[in-house]
Amino acid sequence: MTSHSEIPPGEALASCHDCGFVVALPAGAQRAVPRCPRCRAAVHRRKPDSIHRTWALVITAAMLYVPANVFPVMKVISLGKAQEDTILSGAVYLLVHGMWPLALIVVFASIVVPLLKLIALAFLLISIQRRWSWRPVERTRLYRIVEGVGRWSMTDIYVVTILVALVRLGNLATIEAGMGAVYFAGVVILTMLAAQSFDPRLIWDRTGEPDG
Amino acid sequence: MPGSGTRQEHGAEGAIAPGWLALCHACDLPSRIGEVPAGGRARCPRCGSVLYRRIPDSLDRTLALALAGLILFAAANAFPFLELEMQGRVTHTTLSSGVRSLFEQGSPIVASLVLLTTIVAPLLQIGALIFVLAPLKLGARLPGQAQLFRVLRRVQPWSMMEVFILGILVSLVKLIGMAQVVPGIALWSFVLLIPVLAAASSSLDAEWIWRRVGLVR
Repeated sequence: MTSHSEIPPGEALASCHDCGFVVALPAGAQRAVPRCPRCRAAVHRRKPDSIHRTWALVITAAMLYVPANVFPVMKVISLGKAQEDTILSGAVYLLVHGMWPLALIVVFASIVVPLLKLIALAFLLISIQRRWSWRPVERTRLYRIVEGVGRWSMTDIYVVTILVALVRLGNLATIEAGMGAVYFAGVVILTMLAAQSFDPRLIWDRTGEPDG
Repeated sequence: MPGSGTRQEHGAEGAIAPGWLALCHACDLPSRIGEVPAGGRARCPRCGSVLYRRIPDSLDRTLALALAGLILFAAANAFPFLELEMQGRVTHTTLSSGVRSLFEQGSPIVASLVLLTTIVAPLLQIGALIFVLAPLKLGARLPGQAQLFRVLRRVQPWSMMEVFILGILVSLVKLIGMAQVVPGIALWSFVLLIPVLAAASSSLDAEWIWRRVGLVR
């Protein structure tokens, strides 16, 4: 129910990121940070330093992704024997026990999603820096998917939490969180922050300045 | 001051008067939002993102769901969600005891992340909804409504109850081999809380609320 109207292409208009209020920014005032009259949030035409911030977060998350998958996320000590589980071996355990739908979900949420998220964000950043005009609608949709699906990576962190809290039976069986869980938590936080700091409007700005 | 360039108008009750200006949050194209039928949505003509959804009885629905969410959240936190029995010894875990165990074991980062995503963010989400909507329903204004409504938007991505349920499911399956596992009352509260929270956030008409609690109306 919208009509593409006669408004001049949005040079002077900006919408508040928090409440959506449309503000007319005086031309050339991008450096000063005006406040939204409706909710008092800082109003920017684009998220500040979006490309640099997102790159920094993506690269850091990519570095943490390796130890997150190599180090064990938990250690099961049962009757004196210790067994360590990585993200992957945890999923394999489910597979071996015939729970393949759950194993697929865990592999997807913990291994595939973070990796795809990093690849997709890097691809979007490069496409903006190279000023591609290629398929902006699809690239915008890719961003929406990346933004929405990342939370499911928390599954393994919750599994560790629950098992640690539940299995504390002294010598009989105890479960401890491993180093991998810390790195993995870092990957989840950083990829979520990366998705939040990315500004999809940059996809449509191929002729404008690439970054503020 | 910059930025009072757009006109704000709305009907006394119900729909926002058509013709207001919105910028697409994904591609920045300005559009005038026309008449949107109840239950309908306005999309960006260039990239297809949803610019506005008009939800019938948004205030009543969202407030009712948020209140239901508060009760379920209290139950979900007060009772254990899983119980483990192994050779006559029983342990059980609540949300907060899970976080505490992680802290005690020396994983403060992981513990804080779990605390944020399963307790702090959902509670803030439910609390902010009630604090903003209840006075509106009663026809009153409270200071801080606009600030809390902003917090709501920031906090929502970090509220991950539905992911936690998947975590419980995976844990259940892993434990079944080694011990007797009994689901607790809190588990059923969680299972109910997820659709309630999802419905609360999807029935919220943020633009309509902003026109009532914002500093410019």
